Amino acid sequence: MAQPLVKKDDDRDDEAEYSPFLGIEKGAVLQEARVFNDPQLDARRCSQVITKLLYLLNQGETFTKIEATEVFFAVTKLFQSKDMGLRRMVYLIIKELSPSADEVIIVTSSLMKDMNSKTDMYRANAIRVLCRITDGTLLGQIERYLKQAIVDKNPVVASAALVSGIHLLQTNPEIVKRWSNEVQEAVQSRAALVQFHALALLHQIRQNDRLAVSKLVTSLTRGTVRSPLAQCLLIRYTSQVIRESSNNTAGGDRPFYDFLEGCLRHKAEMVIFEAARAITELTNVTVRELTPAITVLQLFLSSSKPVLRFAAVRTLNKVAMTHPLAVTNCNIDMESLISDQNRSIATLAITTLLKTGNETSVDRLMKQITNFMSDIADEFKIVVVEAIRSLCLKFPLKYRTLMNFLSNILREEGGFEYKKAIIDSILILIRDIPDAKESGLSHLCEFIEDCEFTYLSTQILHFLGNEGPKTADPSKYIRYIYNRVILENATVRAGAVSTLAKFGALVDSLKPRIFVLLRRCLYDNDDEVRDRATLYLKCLGDEGEFGESDKDVKDFLFGTLDLPLSNLEASLQSYEPSEEPFDINSVPREVKSQPLAEKKAPGKKQSGLAAAPSAPTSVADAYEKMLSAIPEFSAFGRLFKSSAPVELTEAETEYSVNVVKHIFDGHVVFQYNCTNTVPEILLENVNVFVDASEAEDFTQVYSKPLRSLPYDSPGQTFVSFEKPEGVPAVGKFSNMLKFFIKEVDPTTGEAEEEGNEDEYQLEDFEVCAADYMVKVGVSNFRNAWESLGPDGERVDEYGLGVRESLAEAVSAVINILGMQPCEGTDVVPSNSRSHTCLLSGKFIGDVKVLVRLSFGIDGPKQVAMKLAVRSEDPAVSDTIHEIVANG
Amino acid sequence: MPNITFHDITLMLSTLSIYLELLESCPSVKNILLLDSEGKRVAVKYYSDDWPTLTAKQNFEKSVFSKTQKTNARAEAEIAMIENYIVSYKFVSDLHFFVTAGDDENELILATVLQGFFDAVGILLRNNVDKRSALENLDLILLCLDEIVDGGIILETEASVIAEKVASQGLDGGAPLSEQTISQAIATAREHLARSLLK
Repeated sequence: MAQPLVKKDDDRDDEAEYSPFLGIEKGAVLQEARVFNDPQLDARRCSQVITKLLYLLNQGETFTKIEATEVFFAVTKLFQSKDMGLRRMVYLIIKELSPSADEVIIVTSSLMKDMNSKTDMYRANAIRVLCRITDGTLLGQIERYLKQAIVDKNPVVASAALVSGIHLLQTNPEIVKRWSNEVQEAVQSRAALVQFHALALLHQIRQNDRLAVSKLVTSLTRGTVRSPLAQCLLIRYTSQVIRESSNNTAGGDRPFYDFLEGCLRHKAEMVIFEAARAITELTNVTVRELTPAITVLQLFLSSSKPVLRFAAVRTLNKVAMTHPLAVTNCNIDMESLISDQNRSIATLAITTLLKTGNETSVDRLMKQITNFMSDIADEFKIVVVEAIRSLCLKFPLKYRTLMNFLSNILREEGGFEYKKAIIDSILILIRDIPDAKESGLSHLCEFIEDCEFTYLSTQILHFLGNEGPKTADPSKYIRYIYNRVILENATVRAGAVSTLAKFGALVDSLKPRIFVLLRRCLYDNDDEVRDRATLYLKCLGDEGEFGESDKDVKDFLFGTLDLPLSNLEASLQSYEPSEEPFDINSVPREVKSQPLAEKKAPGKKQSGLAAAPSAPTSVADAYEKMLSAIPEFSAFGRLFKSSAPVELTEAETEYSVNVVKHIFDGHVVFQYNCTNTVPEILLENVNVFVDASEAEDFTQVYSKPLRSLPYDSPGQTFVSFEKPEGVPAVGKFSNMLKFFIKEVDPTTGEAEEEGNEDEYQLEDFEVCAADYMVKVGVSNFRNAWESLGPDGERVDEYGLGVRESLAEAVSAVINILGMQPCEGTDVVPSNSRSHTCLLSGKFIGDVKVLVRLSFGIDGPKQVAMKLAVRSEDPAVSDTIHEIVANG
Repeated sequence: MPNITFHDITLMLSTLSIYLELLESCPSVKNILLLDSEGKRVAVKYYSDDWPTLTAKQNFEKSVFSKTQKTNARAEAEIAMIENYIVSYKFVSDLHFFVTAGDDENELILATVLQGFFDAVGILLRNNVDKRSALENLDLILLCLDEIVDGGIILETEASVIAEKVASQGLDGGAPLSEQTISQAIATAREHLARSLLK
C-alpha cells in the first residue's frame, strides 16, 4: 500500500520496524506445526505456532486443501493438553479452518466432552465452535445440551448457546423452533446480554406469526428490559408492529407511540437515538409525534462526541426531505456544525440547511458555505452543489447569490465530476431562470478560457451556440469562442467552429466577421475542423456564393438529429461502398427496447424480445431486409414499424405460432412465425386463413404459404392487407392455421407419402392505434415542445379510476400510446402524489408527436390525468386523444 | 432438471425473508479492522459476504484507511460514511481501530462496539497500546475479536468483561469465569505478557 509512512522520532524508527512475525513463511510454519504431534506437548510452543498460523490466515494467506487438512488433524491432537490458553487457541483455529463434514466428526467427541465440562469457559466456547462447524446432522445429538445451555446460570454459556441458535435458525429452523420455551425463559434473565440474545432469537422464531410478535412486544414494553441493546431491539420490533397494524387503525392514537416516546427519556444514548429514529421513520408521522424526537436529536447536535452529532444530523437530514418545517428549530445548532472538524457532519449539516432554509437566510448561508468548500473532498462538494441547485430552483429570486457562488467555486481546483456537477447546475439554472441567462453565460465563457476538460468545453460551446445569439449583445461571446480555435485541441476547435457558424446564421450583423474567422479555420491542421469550416462557409453563403435558404441552414445547424445514433451506426456499418450514396432516410427510426440504461451500466442484461434469439439491435433491419426480399411486398414502400411478436397459441401446444405486425403506409403485413413441436409429424403447405370481417378498412391482397414445416425448425407464412393510405386503421383479426399433415417414421426420420388436410384454431389479435406509433426520442423535450408550437396542441383531462399506484397508471398509459418516454420521466418516485411524464414518437405519415402527461392520485387511489398533445398535424393530436379515450 | 416443487420454492423464499428480516432487525457488525499507521493489517475479522474476495477486502481497507487517515480520531471516536457503510473509528499511537456496519445501523451501537474493542485491547496490553505490542500479543487480540462479535452478532461490549474472558485463559484449569474479578483478569493478562517476552 502506497501510504506514506508516518514518521516518528528517529531513534524509534528501527524499533517500529521490528515485528515478531518478521520474515515469517508459510512452509516453515507448517513444518513447525509438527510439534502438535509430540508425545510430550509443550503448550506454550503450540500456542505460538497456532498464533503464527492465524497470523498467516489473517494476512490473506491461504492453505491448500491438503495443508488445511494436515493442520486440522494435528490440531485435534491438542485436545489432550489441559492447558486452558492452548485450548482457546485450538477453538479459534478450528473455526478459522472451517473443516469439512468428515473432518468435523473427528473433533465432535472432544468438543462434546468440553460442552459437558465443569469449566464454563470450555462449555461456552465448545458450543460456539460446534455450532459453527456442524452441518445439522449432528444437531439432534447435541440439542439436549444446547437447550440446557440456554438456561444455564452462567451468562457466557447462555449467550453462546443463544447466539449459536440465531445462526442455526437459518439452516435448521425446525430444530431451533423447538427451543422456544427455554428461550422464553432466557428473555427474563437478569444478565443484560443474555436478555438481548434471547430476545433476538425469540423474535426470529416467531417471525412469521404476527400475533405472537405483537404479544411479545406488548408484554415486554410493559415490563423492564435491562440491556440497552435489548431495548433497541424492542424498539425495532415495536416499529415493525406499528407498521403492520397501521392499516387497521386509521385515525386515533397510534399504538405503542407512548412506549417510543418514553424511550426518549432512557438513560442510554443508543436507546434514546434508536427511539428518536424510529419515530421519524413512522409512516405518515404527524408533526406532534415528531416534535419530542426532534428535540432530543437537537440536543445531540451540540454533543462533544462526533458519533452523536453525526447520528443526529444524518437523521435530521432525512426528516428534512419530508418535513422541512419540523427541522427548522435546529437551524442554529446546525449552522454551527458547518465548521465541524468531521467533514461528513459538516456536509450533512449544510445539505440539511439548504433543504430547510428560507429565502432570507440564503445569503448568510452561502457566506458560511464558501469558507467551508475550500477544505472538503470533491465527493462532499458535489453533494453541496446539487443541494444548491435545488435551492436555487426553489427560490429563483436568489439566483444572483447562488450563481455567484457557483461561478466562484468553478474557478477553484477540482476534479472532473465536481466541475461537471457545477456546469450541469449552471446550465439548468440558465434554462429554468431566464434572468440568470446573461450572467450564467459569461461565467461559462470565463470558465472555458481555462478549462482542462474537453468534454466540458465542447458541451459549453454547444450550449453557447444555441443561447448566445439570442442575447442582447451576442458579439461579446465571439472572442471567447475564437480563442478556443486558437488555443485548444482539435475536438474543442471543431466545436468552436460550429458555434461560430451558429452565431453567423442567427445574427446578420455578425455574419461578415464570422466569415473572416471561419476562413482562417480553413488552414487548420485537423481534417474535421477544416471540413466543418468549409461546410459552414458554404451553407452561410460566403462571398456571394449560393447560400442555402435561411430555413435550411437553421434546420441544419440547430435541428436535432432525430435518429437514434445506434441505428445510424448500424446502417453505416452495413452500407457497402457503391455508386449509390448513403441515404440517411433509410436509417430506421425505431428506438430499440434497451437504450434507457444509464451510461454507468452499459446494458449488461439485454431483455431480449420473446422470439428474437438473434442480436436484438438488428431486428428491425432484419425485418426490413426480409420483407423487401419478397417481391409481392417490395412495392409497399418503406417499412414504418414492426410490432413485437404477439403469441397466438398457449405455451406447450403442438404448434406454436406468434405474429409480427409490419405496418407500411398503405399496407400491413402479418408475419406468422410457426414452430412444429411434435417430432413425429411434418406439416406441408402451411397457411393462415385470416377472417377480417371485424376489420372493415382492410382488404386481403396476398397470402404467402410455407411449403414445409418440419419438427423444431421455425418457418414463416405471410398475409398482407391493403388499407387506406396514411390512416391509422384499426380492426380485429381471427386466424385459422391450415396445413397438410404427414406422419414421420421416428427411426428413419422420413415422412410418409400420404397425409391429411387439417386445421388448428389460433387466437385473435388486433391492429390498434399504438401500432402506428414509432418510439422516437428527442434530446431536449422542452425545445422540441416549444418548436412544435401551440397550434397543433390538444389538451383534455381524464379520470383513470382506481389504480394500484401512480407508477402503474403511468406505465399503462405509456403502453397504450406506444411512445418513447423522455428524460427518464417514466420512472415514478415512490410515494409521490403527482407525476409528469414526457413522451415522444412519430405517428404514421411521419408526423412528430409530443405528449405531456400530468398525473395526480388522491387518498383512495383515484387517478386523474391531464393529457396535452402537440404534433405537426392537429388531426393526429386528436387521434392521440381518441386512443386514450378508447384505451 | 432437478425436481423443485412449489413447496420447496415457498420454503426457500420464507427462509430468505427470515434471513433478510434478521439483517434488518438485529444490530449487526460487518467487520472489525485493526490496521497500522500505513494501512497494513494487524488483525481483521469479516462477518459479512459483502467483500467476497481478498482483493475486495483489501480495497475496502485501503479506502477506509485513506479516507480517515487525516482525521483526528484520538480523543473521541469518529465516524464516516464510506462506500455506503458507516465506519466508526478511533486511533491510538500507530494503531487504527475500525468497526463497520450497514448504512442503516444505529451509529451509537456501532460506536459502543468500537469502544468495547478499543478499551479491551487497552486493558489486555496494559495501556501500552501500539503495533509492536499488539503483534507480540496477537493471540490476545484475536481472542478479543472472537469475544466481541460472533458471526456479525454482538456478543459483548463491556471492555472489562471482554478482557476478563480473554485473559482467563492464563489460569490453567482455573476458577470459573464469573468468580474472577477484573483486577485478577488484568493480573493474568500481565502474567501472560511477561511469559511472551521470556521466549
